[in-house]
Amino acid sequence: MTTLNITRQIDARGMPCPGPLMSLIGAIREGQVGDVIEVLSSDAGSRTDIPAWLAKAGHELVEVVEEDGFTRFAVRKAR
Amino acid sequence: MGDSLSLVLFSGTDDKLNAAAVLVAGAAAMGRKVHVFLQYWALDAFRADRILKDHGVAPEAGPEGAAALQRHGGQHWSEILRQAKDIGEVEIQACSLSMEMFGLEVGDLDPLVDGQEGVAAFFLHADGPVTFI
Repeated sequence: MTTLNITRQIDARGMPCPGPLMSLIGAIREGQVGDVIEVLSSDAGSRTDIPAWLAKAGHELVEVVEEDGFTRFAVRKAR
Repeated sequence: MGDSLSLVLFSGTDDKLNAAAVLVAGAAAMGRKVHVFLQYWALDAFRADRILKDHGVAPEAGPEGAAALQRHGGQHWSEILRQAKDIGEVEIQACSLSMEMFGLEVGDLDPLVDGQEGVAAFFLHADGPVTFI
């Protein structure tokens, strides 16, 4: 596994849709360009919603890892 | 044009308001303008002193559906709407006819509501198809 320099972690496990995405959007807005934000989500909708939002908003999906019962997303603020 | 979401909220039960709030948040996140028009029981649910009260669920939920909803939990729909307004362009207007029917002033409503207007004014801003919930 690559070593990522995580700036901030959001544990959104247990939060239903669209909670994890909303938390990510808030963290991206508060962060600096280049920050890597990690989101842990057990909401199945996040698997489609987080990549969809990143594509629209122009940020980078660095990594998606399926864990036991949740997904780990690493996102880089690109602008 | 076609890039906005226009929602008319009529039902005042928590399940429908929650479903609507999720739609609003998703559209706002994806950069769409959202116009919400509150009528009847939906408007009643936005009263400042009642917004957090139990507004029940639609009859089709039945006892099993109501229990599933309860178990699922999650954020209150008003909180989802607040986040949606925070990240995007979301305008929530109360229908002046419903306001009159309930004898309400804008000050009686939760601050999520931006104001009140008639149906023609709503359509002035809300282009494209309207979703009625």
